[in-house]
Amino acid sequence: MVKEEKEIANRPDNTAFTQQRLPAWQPMLSAGIVIPGFVLIGLAFIGIGVALFVTSRSITVLEIDYTGIEKDSPCYKCSDSDAKNCVCNLVFSIDSLFEGPVFFYYGLSNYFQNYRKYAASRDDEQLSGDLDAFTAPSDSCSPYNYNSNDKPIVPCGAIANSMFNDTFVLYRVVNGAKQLVPLDGKGIAWWTDYNVKFRNPSVTPLKNAFNNTVKPIFWPKPAYQLDTSDPANNGFINQDFLVWMRRAALPDFRKLYRRITDGDYAKGLPAGNYSLTIAYNYPVVSFDGRKKVVFSNVSWMGGKNEFLGIAYLVVGSLCVLMSMVMLIVYAKFKFPEED
Amino acid sequence: MLRRRLNRWLGRDERRVDSRSICVGHRSSSNNEAFIPPKFCDNRIVSSKYTVWNFLPKNLFEQFRRIANFYFLIIFLVQVIVDTPTSPVTSGLPLFFVITVTAIKQGYEDWLRHKADNEVNKYPVTVLEQGRRVRKESEKIKVGDVLEVDEDETFPCDLILLQSSRDDDTCFVTTASLDGESNHKTHYTVPDTEKDLESLNATIECEQPQPDLYKFVGRMHIYKTDQEPAVRSLGPENLLLKGSTLKNTQTICGVAIYTGMETKMALNYQGKSQKRSAVEKSINAFLLVYLCILVSKALVCTTLKYVWQNKPGQDEPWYNEKTQREKDTNLYLKMFTDFLSFMVLFNFIIPVSMYVTVEMQKFLGSFFITWDKDFFDPEIKEGALVNTSDLNEELGQVEYVFTDKTGTLTQNNMEFIECCIDGFQYKYQDAGTDLDGFCVTDGPVNKVQHKAGREKEELFLRALCLCHTVQVKESPEQGQGQGQRDGLMDQVDGLGADGLGTDGEGLHPPPQEQRGFIASSPDEVALVKGAMRYGFTFLGFESKTMKILTRDNDVERYELLHVLNFDPVRRRMSVIVRSKSGDTLLFCKGADSSIFPRVRQEEVERIRMNVERNATEGYRTLCVAYKYLNAEEYAQADAGLREARLALQDREEKLMAVYNQVETGMSLIGATAVEDRLQEEAAETMEALQGAGMKVWVLTGDKMETAKSTCYACRLFQRNTELLELTVRTLEDGGRRREERLHELLLEYYKKAVQDAPPVKAGVTRAWSSANHDYGFIIDGATLSMVLNSSSESNSSRYKNLFLQICQNCTSVLCCRMAPLQKAQIVKMVKNSKGSPITLSIGDGANDVSMILEAHVGIGIKGKEGRQAVRNSDYAIPKLKHLKKLLLAHGHLYYVRIAHLVQYFFYKNLCFILPQFLYQFFCGYSQQPLYDAAYLTMYNICFTSMPILAYSLLEQHICMEVLLDNATLYRGIAKNGMLQWGPFFYWTLLGVFHGLLFFFGVRYLFGNPALQDNGQVFGNWSYGTIVFTVLVFTVTLKLALDTRHWTWINHFVIWGSLAFYVFFSFFWGGIIWPFLKQQRLYFVFANMLSSVSAWLVIILLILLSLLPEILLVVFRKPRGPHTGQMKPVHSSAGGHQSPRSSARPLLMRTFSDESNTVI
Repeated sequence: MVKEEKEIANRPDNTAFTQQRLPAWQPMLSAGIVIPGFVLIGLAFIGIGVALFVTSRSITVLEIDYTGIEKDSPCYKCSDSDAKNCVCNLVFSIDSLFEGPVFFYYGLSNYFQNYRKYAASRDDEQLSGDLDAFTAPSDSCSPYNYNSNDKPIVPCGAIANSMFNDTFVLYRVVNGAKQLVPLDGKGIAWWTDYNVKFRNPSVTPLKNAFNNTVKPIFWPKPAYQLDTSDPANNGFINQDFLVWMRRAALPDFRKLYRRITDGDYAKGLPAGNYSLTIAYNYPVVSFDGRKKVVFSNVSWMGGKNEFLGIAYLVVGSLCVLMSMVMLIVYAKFKFPEED
Repeated sequence: MLRRRLNRWLGRDERRVDSRSICVGHRSSSNNEAFIPPKFCDNRIVSSKYTVWNFLPKNLFEQFRRIANFYFLIIFLVQVIVDTPTSPVTSGLPLFFVITVTAIKQGYEDWLRHKADNEVNKYPVTVLEQGRRVRKESEKIKVGDVLEVDEDETFPCDLILLQSSRDDDTCFVTTASLDGESNHKTHYTVPDTEKDLESLNATIECEQPQPDLYKFVGRMHIYKTDQEPAVRSLGPENLLLKGSTLKNTQTICGVAIYTGMETKMALNYQGKSQKRSAVEKSINAFLLVYLCILVSKALVCTTLKYVWQNKPGQDEPWYNEKTQREKDTNLYLKMFTDFLSFMVLFNFIIPVSMYVTVEMQKFLGSFFITWDKDFFDPEIKEGALVNTSDLNEELGQVEYVFTDKTGTLTQNNMEFIECCIDGFQYKYQDAGTDLDGFCVTDGPVNKVQHKAGREKEELFLRALCLCHTVQVKESPEQGQGQGQRDGLMDQVDGLGADGLGTDGEGLHPPPQEQRGFIASSPDEVALVKGAMRYGFTFLGFESKTMKILTRDNDVERYELLHVLNFDPVRRRMSVIVRSKSGDTLLFCKGADSSIFPRVRQEEVERIRMNVERNATEGYRTLCVAYKYLNAEEYAQADAGLREARLALQDREEKLMAVYNQVETGMSLIGATAVEDRLQEEAAETMEALQGAGMKVWVLTGDKMETAKSTCYACRLFQRNTELLELTVRTLEDGGRRREERLHELLLEYYKKAVQDAPPVKAGVTRAWSSANHDYGFIIDGATLSMVLNSSSESNSSRYKNLFLQICQNCTSVLCCRMAPLQKAQIVKMVKNSKGSPITLSIGDGANDVSMILEAHVGIGIKGKEGRQAVRNSDYAIPKLKHLKKLLLAHGHLYYVRIAHLVQYFFYKNLCFILPQFLYQFFCGYSQQPLYDAAYLTMYNICFTSMPILAYSLLEQHICMEVLLDNATLYRGIAKNGMLQWGPFFYWTLLGVFHGLLFFFGVRYLFGNPALQDNGQVFGNWSYGTIVFTVLVFTVTLKLALDTRHWTWINHFVIWGSLAFYVFFSFFWGGIIWPFLKQQRLYFVFANMLSSVSAWLVIILLILLSLLPEILLVVFRKPRGPHTGQMKPVHSSAGGHQSPRSSARPLLMRTFSDESNTVI
């Protein structure tokens, strides 16, 4: 009896798992599956590629550099760092209807928003409206946390401090008369940034929350006065501020400035001459940067991007090509295990 | 550990003071006032490593001594100290996890050890103090205490046996927990000690503790009032070892001589030396490469950073001013911290988790060996045993197999077949046709049915009955009654052998057919049983008297005067007995080679023929001789033996000299033949191993003839194998000096086997040249030592070289007449030869331990020769036939699994970190991480760890049956094929390709970051998340592509990890985490998924990365036997190595006189 029990105790379990005999699917990537698979994938990719390519082609983009390095540039005078409150006028024309809705971006190049020290130089607690962080900004904001008088800077940090502050006004020139094109600044930032991530302190008026703090050194106006026209667009939930705070991935980037959706321009910008009045405040020449404005419409795939379409076309045709090659090899050599 | 080592050192120091003196019962001898009782350690056993207080520091210290852990600690510290891009948590958390898990595991193990220690240390023992019995805790025992131990109790320390409750002053002991031998061993009390222990006044002088269980020398001085002190010798037979158990004896008293950590058990308690597998060496090499990659990446980035910063405006643009402290920092210090920062940023390329995964894979994977029911042997009711899981994959890499013969190739299940008395052959036949139970067959020796004289017959049978160390098993309650012994079984090392029931018929007298014998060597039992068949029954010992029952039903008594123990050098044993009539007789049995020179030559020839015939038939032969000792001779021998036994120094040598002197001038009576059957499927197993490209070497202590016939029977030698013999016999052939002849033969064989052999293509056709000429090589121990220790230094290395090259070109090599140490020497020689091939030793006996320890992989067979081989092995299997599955199926799979695991791990971390490296070129070399900290931390821990672990446990790229049928498949992975630089380079390239693709694919997508249909733009965390998503999916799907064996577990973990990644990303980005300083990923993932372009680019990049893989799989498929599933039809071609061998008519049974140690 005891012996039997011992035997049972010692005998290994005879289960599929312990004996490594679990039922298993053993896929075979044979030519019979791969060739049609490749053809299908290839065709699907070519299809998507064509769609992408066509869509991308249909997107109109107008890019104008206004850094003012070149002497003939209208902003040449403003590119001098001594010029204060410089305003320049950029005149351009559109040949045919610029289909709407038109998105108005500003672009910077050789600008490292992804620089590590720069990226870390913010205080999310402050930006979520925590009043404690107003009086004692995080060390990560240094050297933009206290001013020379040891007053806390709100919003602190390099990112906030360097907020893009060129402003643009777009006119349509009709018969020599300037007609203001309304720009819509709503909904240009992520919904969650505007509604959840960034919060103003719940103090009314907002100005009081900023007592005993100073505005960022570079800013002309404190945070609660960013948008004088719309009181709800002030403080940390100012759309331009939010757009700026979402740092770009690469040193050449564009950020959404406005949308042209209102009234007559909902259909797009009609052909004609336009004048863009730029309040040139943002210095880029010192670090060899460039500034530009971009008008673009978007599609289901976002902005114009030829890369994706071409890549799909190339990969798709590659798949088809490979399946051809495989077919030839298959026909010639007859893979032995295919019955 | 430290303590043990310390003890060891101390022990060694003490050993300089050659011996220790102990006063029995602490009664110092009166004539020695100046005697200061020396201090000995207490009887506490400390096997635990830690105490509550030192656990933390000591354990941490031990853990960080591992180079990998130390590396991660340094990285962590750098992160804490220097301002680095990733938070210390990213590397601290995994490290903490690993360290904690290991600490918990080790802590638990140590707790168990503490518990076990306590159990031992607190065990109550009885100490005799001034005539009183005092119960004490075991740990309080001091050297010199007299202890009383009852039956079935374990000895609490090493004792010298003073008194036994048995009449014959013996006691029985099993040492199962020490060396695994569960037979009862007899130990003797010190002669002439007084019965009254209280009045015993004695000191013991003995050697300092040493770990050898079987060696002990000491001396006991017994002081009696008004008498000269008597001196008695003490040997291992007087020593009761801690850990062994008292059996068959009611109670004994003994004096403690070694206690606590100085007991032989404690001295033997030590881990085996760590063996490292070839895979581990590869891992280390790859690690080095990756470390170089890491350092060079960091260097490149640091350099470029400073070059880039030199351009005007780049170092400190107005929007990113430096703090005062940064400005003040020394430039070189800054460079250095930047370098460290880059190191930290890229350190994930060498992941902590790889070590954890590899360890887990090995640990969990080894369970499949223990669980395998094919390894279960119903006879011993045990399966395979895994002593170390570090070497699983090594089983798939074996190139040389060194096997023992007896007990490994053969069963070591002895059966008496025939004997030869005075030149007449006797073969036992079942039917009792002959009244005597004896029957003479007409062998080639004598055509006429002759029998030797009855006198000779009886003398021979008496010799068989007396010349042994077998004990009759007593059942405790029935005591000595003979008639009541029915039903007992033989016991050889705890294995119930049931042979007796069948061969009992025809015995006289019938009632005693069944009798249990206990011996450590199965040969002896076979011989005693053989004698029993012919009517002479050994009844057992009565104190020092041996009783035998003769054919005429008389009980004869012989006083056992001396046992001249068996040892492998003498290869014989003798007993000196005194018969009733007062004659003193010496009976000797042993190998023919050791007996023939010691008997009168005229008797030899008749028996030699028989012995040689038996040997060629493959039986183990022993010769039996005797001699009468007259009173004078006996007195001389007796004195010599006693003197030698008393010697404290060189006792072995002195004994040997006396033995040799006594065992001369004997008369040969006859010879015995015992059969030892081949193990089940021995031939098939050997054939499979050879088919798998392994070279099988048989290393045996046996005679050449028997070993050779075993080799033929196992098909190691085929009929067309040309044997190259290098033995004493061939050396003496030419009649010239041995040295010269050796030189000549070596060169000749070299020419034959190496130079003339067609160049063997490495790899595929290696060792498989059945069409060509096969060579077998035979060498014996004496010649081997000539080869290895040639007189001139230059020749020695040259001979060794020649010898190795010849052997390497032979399909099998037989080394006979090997001493255990020579076995290890051979293994070592092959192990260290060119290309350092992986060696495997398999054996079952104590004499194989040295080679088991020496080889890369040591395999023990749970045979009949005790458990020493099993204890010292890395893997133990019940039968030789299991070796085939262990190597061909398990080994192969483990190797493929771990190789893939290692390569995959390096690959996945390369393509993980490469985009982060490339990103530095786009962020001003500022060490900005591409991925969020959570992703950095979780990538190796959660997202990609489980699929590869499941793969590395379950993958069967070729199913087991096919692997077993197709031994040749084993060669596909030979020479660490999957972890060579080639495959490593391929995987690295793949990693680089994927990394480049991921990064630049997304980079071009971000040429216009407005990726949403509402015109909003994506930032840098979106960029990283897209790359990371592509990465996780690609890396997981790449594994899915490689998986050939999809069980539900694979499905679960692969799809589960991907689902988990998606779920985690949503979750991580879905909540504002209060403990995070920056909510970087808030809704990044969800936003990414809302962009069609992001979806498209993810799909595109995944497909593009896997495209070459798919193509490769399809194109590679038709070639190479191991890439696809073999269909059975296909496989039959490979398994057919040997129609001719299976047709071999001759299945010789082979045996030998390789006897085992007899205590």
